[in-house]
Amino acid sequence: MTTQVEIPVRTRLAMFVRLLAIQGAWNYETLLGNGVGFCVEPALRLLPGGQDGPAYRAALARQSQYFNAHPYMAAVAVGALARAELQAEDAAKIERFRTALCGPLGSVGDRLVWATWLPACSIVALAAFGFGVGTAGVMLVFLGIYNAGHLALRAWGLSAGLDHGMRVASALGGPVLRRGPTHIAQFAALIGGIALPLALDQVIGPGRALFGIVLGAVALGGFVLARLHGRAEGWKIAVVLLVLFVLYSVLR
Amino acid sequence: MTDFAQLLPLAMLGAVLGLDVVSFPQAMISRPIVAATAAATLLGDPGRGLLVGATLEMFALETLPFGASRYPEWGSAAVVGGSLYAIHGDANPGGLTVAVLAALTCAWIGGWSMVQLRKLNAVLARRRHEAVASGSKRVVEGLQVFGLTADLVRGGALTAIILAAFTPVHRYVLGTWASDARVSRAVVVGIAASVAGAAVWKAVHAAPGARWLMLAGLAVGLALLAFR
Repeated sequence: MTTQVEIPVRTRLAMFVRLLAIQGAWNYETLLGNGVGFCVEPALRLLPGGQDGPAYRAALARQSQYFNAHPYMAAVAVGALARAELQAEDAAKIERFRTALCGPLGSVGDRLVWATWLPACSIVALAAFGFGVGTAGVMLVFLGIYNAGHLALRAWGLSAGLDHGMRVASALGGPVLRRGPTHIAQFAALIGGIALPLALDQVIGPGRALFGIVLGAVALGGFVLARLHGRAEGWKIAVVLLVLFVLYSVLR
Repeated sequence: MTDFAQLLPLAMLGAVLGLDVVSFPQAMISRPIVAATAAATLLGDPGRGLLVGATLEMFALETLPFGASRYPEWGSAAVVGGSLYAIHGDANPGGLTVAVLAALTCAWIGGWSMVQLRKLNAVLARRRHEAVASGSKRVVEGLQVFGLTADLVRGGALTAIILAAFTPVHRYVLGTWASDARVSRAVVVGIAASVAGAAVWKAVHAAPGARWLMLAGLAVGLALLAFR
């Protein structure tokens, strides 16, 4: 049996705001689970019997168990699971659906946001810095572009989940999620190439000879670190090199 | 930094930015290019904050917050780097190098502290498992509020401790620094750009044509510099 329950704007807003804190209780046992329960909770108050009724308590318990996904894409799960609970779908079916969502929402989000969108926005900010844009401008460029994508993704995810319920998989096949990472990576590659020498020049200051030496060292260092892919973290090697340079500068 | 009036607002900023890394709202106000600039702005020198922030951002390009993996915590770290450079800054040739090293150390410790907090959250979740399994709203919301509050406190305490501990070290190192100012800056940004270059390459190399686009971008960047 399924029943269509209208979800008020106020409830949708409460769920959206809670989504921003979905990782608040992240831990190595239930991962995002408690956060999903926390975000779905405003919608569960609409269940027959209201807040603290048996349906509410059973649904909240179900939604607060282990869950893993990308934090932004978890909005899709939160919306879809809320809709499934409000449609009084079978509990076992909801649990199977919940488990099935973890993998795709994790991999799609990691690929779209962490692997491409965040580095691309970071590179655009470094390019703005390299072009001599002021402090407020660089911060606005980064935060404006990044959060336009970030908030739009969360809002879309919640809305798609609430609209499609357990048929939300069709929304995950959209062109932005499928082809977006490739196009963003290509854009990041181009802008990254432009940004790095300009940012280097901004930090070092005038003087072509020193810049040339540094550029050569960067090319060599970057090549070695890229070849070490997965075997060593560049920033940890950097800490060791910087400690050695500080010791040299202090003791010589 | 021993002045409490100066330390308190920086610790509060570190708390808010440390919280942003994972817990709330993950709007990336904790990224170094924003966080270091904000910290230095509190001390009246946003320009130096942007300089150290851009350098740290190059390191941060390599470390992305993938799920359960352990990664550096850049929010509090960038506050440490931005404020140390804003206070001692360009007046000393080693200012940028030492500020970046302090920030990287803080990021490393911050990553460890996030893991400890996640373990603590797990202990609490285990203890409250029965209440959660019975659908207690109070417990589900309580776990969430505890995690958020603990993360806020973690970021603030970390920023305050590292700033207080690093200030005398920073002062001593800068007092005995013997390398040239431009060479010092070149070394630190050269290392940062190597890490960034490798990170960008690793992130994009699988996309069709991305290698050539990156090389084309480099050519454009160098041409722009030549005509500057």
